[in-house]
Amino acid sequence: MESIKIDERIDITKEICPMTFVKTKLKLESMRSGQVLEVTLKGGEPLKNVPKSVREEGHKILDIRKENDHYKILIERR
Amino acid sequence: MKLTEEQIYRYSRNILLPEVGGSGQEKLLSSKVFCVGVGGLGSPVALYLVAAGVGTIGIADADQVDISNLQRQVIHFTDDIGKPKTESAKEKLKRLNPDVNVIVYKEAITKKNIRDIIKDYDIVLDGSDNFPTRYLVNDACYFEKKTLISGAILQFEGQVSVFKPFAGGPCYRCLYPEIPPLGMIPSCQEAGILGAVAGIIGTIQAVEALKEILQIGRSLVGRLLVFNALNMSFTDIKVKKDPNCPLCGENPSIRDLSDYDYSQREECEFDLASLIGNK
Repeated sequence: MESIKIDERIDITKEICPMTFVKTKLKLESMRSGQVLEVTLKGGEPLKNVPKSVREEGHKILDIRKENDHYKILIERR
Repeated sequence: MKLTEEQIYRYSRNILLPEVGGSGQEKLLSSKVFCVGVGGLGSPVALYLVAAGVGTIGIADADQVDISNLQRQVIHFTDDIGKPKTESAKEKLKRLNPDVNVIVYKEAITKKNIRDIIKDYDIVLDGSDNFPTRYLVNDACYFEKKTLISGAILQFEGQVSVFKPFAGGPCYRCLYPEIPPLGMIPSCQEAGILGAVAGIIGTIQAVEALKEILQIGRSLVGRLLVFNALNMSFTDIKVKKDPNCPLCGENPSIRDLSDYDYSQREECEFDLASLIGNK
């Protein structure tokens, strides 16, 4: 997973549902197809819902990993 | 256009919808809609469109708020009695969403001013309470190539349709070619109306306007949706473009608003005769 090039980053650890996904979705909309977004988020509810909503909108989850207290997910824009 | 942090929060429930998103919200914010009347239908129409973040809304109404309006015209409150409806509506709309530009037309809609007024808007919503205005709005929308979202209510019933004759669909006159004579169809004032029915029909008009702006779903073009509250039923009637339509047909008799007399005539002799015959 080290080789994936990250085009954009967003931190949604301060957001609560549904703004977690709203912010992620708006960021993805501003990107081009095939670009990669790294999202930093908290465990629990955001971790359960954000990747699910991202997939439902047709994007690809490339990676999810824990880093310190937070999680980082890599999304390839549809 | 870039959504502000506050706009992202305000419109988050729109943005979450896959069919809307940030780009759809931007479309709404840059759209312009015109409401003919802020009464029973115009109240929910204006409230929902402004809440959704439609950027510019024009409202036309020459009436003042009357106590008998309050049973259904939910944008007006008791302490608005006597105020012009446009002023009362604008004050509520600005409080609901200060993002939205509200343009007020206090004067009556006439043959002379209507085309000039609607030409700056994308969509026209008709919530008028009389036939002369209804036909005038239809004809002006036809000449100005504006999408018309028409709603009508009486007692426990309502009708809604979307007219886009410039895009191949029928117009209001394909359905009802001429203004009915006075007395043939009673008004809400004469026959009554259950207030919540206005809410349903006006809200459907608002939904259709949002779909048009977002260019999503299947619209009511070519269909008349008829609602009956007593049976709680919706019936979907196909409306075809009429080749003999006096406005959008093959040999139109109305080539300009000046070609038509929009006053409502007295009941015709045929009806009088049939009334006598019934005795």
